[in-house]
Amino acid sequence: MRGASRTWLGLLAILVSVVVFLVPFAFIVLTAVKGRQEASLLQFSWPDEFALVDNIQQVVAARDYMLLTAFVNSTVLTVVSVSLMVILAAMVGFVLQRRRSRWTKVVNLLVLSGLIIPPAVVPTIWVLQGLSLFDTLPGLILVEVAFGLSFSILLFQAFFATVPRELDEAAVIDGASPLRLFFQVVFPLLRPVTVTVIVVQSVHVFNDFVHPLYFTPGEENATVQLTLFNFQSQFASQMNLLFTDILLITIPPLIMFMFFNRQIVAGMTAGAVKG
Amino acid sequence: MATTLRTRRESRQAAPGGRAKTKSSYPYWFYLPAAVVYTVLFVVPTLTSFYFSLTRWTLFDMEFIGLENFVEFFEEPALVTGLKNTLIYGVVTSGLKVVLGLLLAVLLTSQVIARGYLRSVVFFPVLVSTIGVGFTFTALMDPEVGLINESLALIGIDGPSWLTDPSIALLSVALVDVWKGVGLATVIYIAGIVSIPREYFEAAQVDGASAFKRFRHVILPLARPATTTVIILSLIGGLRSFDLIWAMTRGGPGFTSDVIASVIYKQYQAGFYGLSTAGNVVLFVLVTAIIIPLWRFLNRKGVDL
Repeated sequence: MRGASRTWLGLLAILVSVVVFLVPFAFIVLTAVKGRQEASLLQFSWPDEFALVDNIQQVVAARDYMLLTAFVNSTVLTVVSVSLMVILAAMVGFVLQRRRSRWTKVVNLLVLSGLIIPPAVVPTIWVLQGLSLFDTLPGLILVEVAFGLSFSILLFQAFFATVPRELDEAAVIDGASPLRLFFQVVFPLLRPVTVTVIVVQSVHVFNDFVHPLYFTPGEENATVQLTLFNFQSQFASQMNLLFTDILLITIPPLIMFMFFNRQIVAGMTAGAVKG
Repeated sequence: MATTLRTRRESRQAAPGGRAKTKSSYPYWFYLPAAVVYTVLFVVPTLTSFYFSLTRWTLFDMEFIGLENFVEFFEEPALVTGLKNTLIYGVVTSGLKVVLGLLLAVLLTSQVIARGYLRSVVFFPVLVSTIGVGFTFTALMDPEVGLINESLALIGIDGPSWLTDPSIALLSVALVDVWKGVGLATVIYIAGIVSIPREYFEAAQVDGASAFKRFRHVILPLARPATTTVIILSLIGGLRSFDLIWAMTRGGPGFTSDVIASVIYKQYQAGFYGLSTAGNVVLFVLVTAIIIPLWRFLNRKGVDL
């Protein structure tokens, strides 16, 4: 009896999940596959013709291969900013967890502020302009690092509590300098949490729309999200191309999801248990 | 636990030499690179925003005008709507995420079939581009030919104009926000429920508690840290939300679905930098005035075991 009701509940859940969660994705794929006229009807139907390859060619070639530039920019942005985040946050988390002092409170407060306070947009632009970094990729990279540090530090700090102190002491007795202690002894042990930080922040930076919108308005520094947004007005009558673009942009997170599902969930649920 | 801590502390004190005192293996300069980036691009803009919000600031000049921007902010009906909508959006999205996330998590930690598939499918939208989701649902919510209203018509319901009816546009966007974000709430609750010691469930079973009582008296109180996390995270996200609203309605029709974050962007685009920054300060005050007391409240009233 209980087994039967369990099965029914499961089947119902699957049915609902298909309607609620899979249909929108199917709609993206179907519309991306269709030809121009058919796609503009916005119907949820099997395509009459399969024009996906043609659509991809058109989207990629649009606006002088803007999408390729955008993919390169987004890749550089994601890789560089996440690498910086990992190194800087791990260093902070290390000292923060190991060395209790009057600074600990200050740093903790700053970290929490970074999580809560919404960034002030125009003053940030003002600072970037002062540094001649406005509308440049390096400027955007540093902005992403600044805004992503807090969350990364929290993850690292929590993990350091599980790395035994005795290890540091042994390395110090062997004469390791702080830099060697950190990069050669401790950092390699951080692999699990490092992977988590990399995956979570990569998805976050790659999908970021607001900061590129404000800080790199120029065409040559456009990211994929910005390009997608700008394509909307251009492709208003070409839904097939708009959805092909959405499809292409969804592939990187999909790959991340397939390989790192566990780490993503681990990173995003940190704090759920201890509060 | 206490004893291991004590021995560890003692062993540190006993560690050879005053070396640890004179030169720590955990130097403060490790803070430096992060501190520089964070200070320059986050702390300085945040602090200066208070001054800039008191100026009339355009591309060409800047003039100190006191609280005029704030007066304008609270007198202009469109901007007040933005403030109200921000609160509605934040409360509706985080409320729905708590309720649906908890229910889904209870389902997905039970012995239901196809658990792995269900977890994946609920969580995946979290990772997808917000702009892409916004455009997709704009098409699905089309009042004439959109899939949602066409399906409703099949069962005889005349679906509303989701995004063009001023009275529901904001709520429609909020629903899509929940669709995209409920997976995160669900996995947070799953982590919280899984960490509840088995003994509690066993004790409940011995006492002959029904499924509902198990939920009410075991899961709900003991998953409290997860509830705190979900509420705080989704409120922080909801109150500053911009992407989805901008992708779906751009604050329209009229100003009926504007939130503070979209007002900030519109004023910035129009070249009113001082007013835009005043919007930022309003958002800052709103978020901290809600999050910090709420955080304290949720953490103080923890369950005693």
